[in-house]
Amino acid sequence: MSTRICDTAAEAVDGIADGSTVLVGGFGLAGMPVQLIDALIDQGATDLTVVSNNAGNGDTGLAALLAKGRVRKVVCSFPRQSDSYVFDELYRAGRIELELVPQGNLAERMRAAGAGIGAFFSPTGAGTPLAEGKETREIDGRTYVLEHPIKGDVALVGAHRADRMGNVVYRKTARNFGPVMATAAATTIVQVREVVEVGALDPEAVVTPGIYVDRVVAV
Amino acid sequence: MSLSAGLSKHEMAARVAQDIPRGAYVNLGIGQPTLVADHLAADSGIVLHTENGMLNMGRAAVGDEVDGDLLNAGKVPVTELAGSSYFHSADSFAMMRGGHLDVCVLGAFQVSAGGDIANWHTGAPDAIPAVGGAMDLAIGAKQVFVMMTLFAKDGTPKLVPACTYPLTGVGCVTRVYTDVAVFETGAEGVRVVETFGTSYDELAARLDVPLL
Repeated sequence: MSTRICDTAAEAVDGIADGSTVLVGGFGLAGMPVQLIDALIDQGATDLTVVSNNAGNGDTGLAALLAKGRVRKVVCSFPRQSDSYVFDELYRAGRIELELVPQGNLAERMRAAGAGIGAFFSPTGAGTPLAEGKETREIDGRTYVLEHPIKGDVALVGAHRADRMGNVVYRKTARNFGPVMATAAATTIVQVREVVEVGALDPEAVVTPGIYVDRVVAV
Repeated sequence: MSLSAGLSKHEMAARVAQDIPRGAYVNLGIGQPTLVADHLAADSGIVLHTENGMLNMGRAAVGDEVDGDLLNAGKVPVTELAGSSYFHSADSFAMMRGGHLDVCVLGAFQVSAGGDIANWHTGAPDAIPAVGGAMDLAIGAKQVFVMMTLFAKDGTPKLVPACTYPLTGVGCVTRVYTDVAVFETGAEGVRVVETFGTSYDELAARLDVPLL
């Protein structure tokens, strides 16, 4: 269905249900959809599973959502950082569940979800504790681990510009997980710095075509 | 003993840089290995990859150059060089798994004689594990260099017969650059390439792995 341009971040996150799996873009704060997360905090959805590369930095964005106690489980590759004190405290207190996924498997599992792939064999993690309990297969003399897609109910993505058809461009390394997450959720919500008219984006430069984007808000 | 008189971390980084071929595509991970970038010749044609989606990454940003949209894997603001490109995370890790990177340089808690690496988790019950891109780099790059001190603070060797910490990758490390020696690891065993302020015999006496 065509993309809806929202007037406010609150309108953009309307209807996110308790218990949802929410894919949250960003590598650290680059590409983190901070205003959408703030709106989600106000919206009140809880018991969330959050899929993101990190588990929050400082007190803003994802860290703020965690601090409010809205997140039951985090699926991420790198929770422990110098400024991840919100997650660290919740984790040590046993108040949040962690599924640690190697970063490439995290990205590829969401890519698979968005591309209709049922599962795939990855060499990453073979022979390590992160592959324990998973099916493995020898292919051409190498060990691979069966990895399943990660599908979101919602993706929250921070990008640079979108046109009114929902075509999205990113800026520099803030692109990171955004384009993959945009494909992998039932509802994809993108915050941008600017919404431009249809035709204003170079079609050759569009990274996320509007077919993947349900709602856009300029913040 | 004389093993304390080895290379500084900057000297180690310079030694690693010496072995990176001209024109190579290289990932320097996070932490100490990123120091290697300071020792690459400007005309080397080496292209740095950062896992968060960039090729031909430049040096750290200073002053007005700082841009919150342009970070390295350690989330430090960096700059772009002419000929840079940006791509999403799935493509970035496809470059690793697909064998397109020539070299990666990783830190480690332990490396085994057979080239296993442990660098993501101490296994301590209160430790918060974090793996990031280490497992993808370890199995993906054509050559995996490790840069670490040879001995832990308590004096125990970090080049070991078998890793006791949880593994990051199996049989993937090709070279180990330490403060006191450079080693080659592989199916045949560990070969001493070069020593700094120590001797082969001293190393053989302190390590539990047979040296070729």
